[in-house]
Amino acid sequence: MSYSVEIKQLDLSFGAVKVLQDLDLNINEGEFLVLLGSSGCGKSTLLNCIAGLLEVTDGQIFIKGQNVTWAEPSERGIGMVFQSYALYPQMTVKGNLSFGLKNAKLPKDEIEARVARAADILQIGPLLDRKPGALSGGQRQRVAIGRALVRDVDVFLFDEPLSNLDAKLRVDLRVELKRLHNQLQNTMIYVTHDQVEAMTLADRIAVMKGGAIMQLGTPDEIYNQPRNLYVADFIGSPSMNFLEGHLEVGTFKVDDMVMPMTGYDFATPQTADRPAVIGIRPEHVVTGELVKNAPLQFSVDVDLVEPMGSDTLVYAKLGAHIFRIRMDGQATVKAGETIDIGVDPSRASLFDKATEDRI
Amino acid sequence: MPDIALTGPRGPKPKKRFSRGNIILYGTLIMVSMYYLLPLYVMVVTSLKGMPEIRLGNVFGPPLEVTFQPWVKAWSEACTGLDCTGLSKGFWNSVQILIPSVVLSIAIASVNGYALSHWKFKGSEVFFTILILGAFIPYQTMLYPIVIMLREIGLMGDLWGLVLVHTVFGMPILTLLFRNYFASIPEELFKAARVDGAGFWRIYFQIMLPMALPIFVVAIILQVTGIWNDFLFGVIYTKPATYPMTVQLNNIVNSVQGVKEYNVNMAATLLTGLVPLVIYFASGKLFVRGIAAGAVKG
Repeated sequence: MSYSVEIKQLDLSFGAVKVLQDLDLNINEGEFLVLLGSSGCGKSTLLNCIAGLLEVTDGQIFIKGQNVTWAEPSERGIGMVFQSYALYPQMTVKGNLSFGLKNAKLPKDEIEARVARAADILQIGPLLDRKPGALSGGQRQRVAIGRALVRDVDVFLFDEPLSNLDAKLRVDLRVELKRLHNQLQNTMIYVTHDQVEAMTLADRIAVMKGGAIMQLGTPDEIYNQPRNLYVADFIGSPSMNFLEGHLEVGTFKVDDMVMPMTGYDFATPQTADRPAVIGIRPEHVVTGELVKNAPLQFSVDVDLVEPMGSDTLVYAKLGAHIFRIRMDGQATVKAGETIDIGVDPSRASLFDKATEDRI
Repeated sequence: MPDIALTGPRGPKPKKRFSRGNIILYGTLIMVSMYYLLPLYVMVVTSLKGMPEIRLGNVFGPPLEVTFQPWVKAWSEACTGLDCTGLSKGFWNSVQILIPSVVLSIAIASVNGYALSHWKFKGSEVFFTILILGAFIPYQTMLYPIVIMLREIGLMGDLWGLVLVHTVFGMPILTLLFRNYFASIPEELFKAARVDGAGFWRIYFQIMLPMALPIFVVAIILQVTGIWNDFLFGVIYTKPATYPMTVQLNNIVNSVQGVKEYNVNMAATLLTGLVPLVIYFASGKLFVRGIAAGAVKG
């Protein structure tokens, strides 16, 4: 299987600050890969390295089997879309789209054809003679995508392209991006700090922290089998409930509660007793009729209720801990009530307290 | 919906036209502008009077008989020593110094600023610091070394020698100006252009330059007024045949032969000050347009 982009032992440091360290990443042909992480984790830096806008300190970058470590950005077969759109303000939309093609000295009719095709795909035909200043945010971002599109490249790089848009537009453009990927089947590398964008768009997600990849996997793997505490905490909104306790012969004990972990798929065969953390997603807690079927059942006191329309977030007291539960939007719960909840250990996650890795 | 009568304060708060604050504010402004405008007024009216009228001593009175003779004399007949060609020669000298100095210094400084903000190289910050330090060194300490340098390269007394001096001395402040402006242009725009395959010069001419119009106007104003008003370098690095207008004005006003012709002196001074004045008036409009052209955000 040939890879579209290969990153080998990549190091990048600014002076004494090591931003990326010994990073390896292989991206498949036609894959939509999302680099996800909070700010300062090195995800944009990595993207800039792939684009050739930052000189790497060590390591290699291959695009389509070619070693492009020393190549200029324009020679790498990449197109890039920036968060701030970065449209040339004094040029029309058409000028923006054709600037790169003119630099590449393409024949005029070829430029016309490519601009027309991109305008058609992105539905920006009527805007071609306008200047960026006369466009809305969504239109500008579409033109910015068009600028990458006309270059007919193998790899698209997106640097938080939707972060400057308002919430509704962001959702619309997100769907359009997914449709565009389905249509073009190009390799796309997408940087974001928004986990919803990552989950919805990605074929695979690379969760990054401190210049290293914490976990690389499908959205399903990242969500259901987070490899460590950081990923578990970062993914999911509202975030996972964590309870610290002790793992003893396949049973998890918190304070005086005992949770037999029957059905839990242990990642490591070794099950020595040790301090551990259990993670339970608020949406994996069942209430009402379903509690009867749940392997583990508790009674909790409701502390606070946040109705959000589509669902209701309940903060409840489980022993000494605050426990988040996601309930149906129509649920009639009030603070002060006592409700029964059920938990399925097979959907929970266990982490070693010392190493923070999944058990 | 029925209009319910509202009582109490409603809508914008009424403002008094002649409040105490307004009187103090506008009073101060009027006094200060009088202070600055009165000398100008005296110069203009004096330059339009004949000598007999000036001898009457009515400094603030408007001219009884308007005459443009002093202006003509200042331009083409006033004497400095034995040379009686007026200011005209100095004017053309100044133009010949001004245009290449302004063009050269701005062209070099804008490329400097662009390179220092977007194409940082090893040691570029040190280079920039050294360049800026140049702005803090008093001119006086460099006068004589420059005389020697100009003599060595054979440009002492030549107009081009003065052009070189103006270009060099404009460099620190202009580079700072351009560097800061280009640094405010988002880096992503520069990155996008690089992905689009544009190099150093193409990015400069096609992306940066069209966005930098306002700062170019500012730089032109700075340089034109600075170089036109320069006296020190002009008097040192040129010879009588290549004296700029300011030096010639000084010589006309200070020549002590015969009667002091106040009207001619005033006219000569006004003529010399005309170029910066025109620049200020003309650039006001250009400046606004320049800002508007750059106001479109990426």
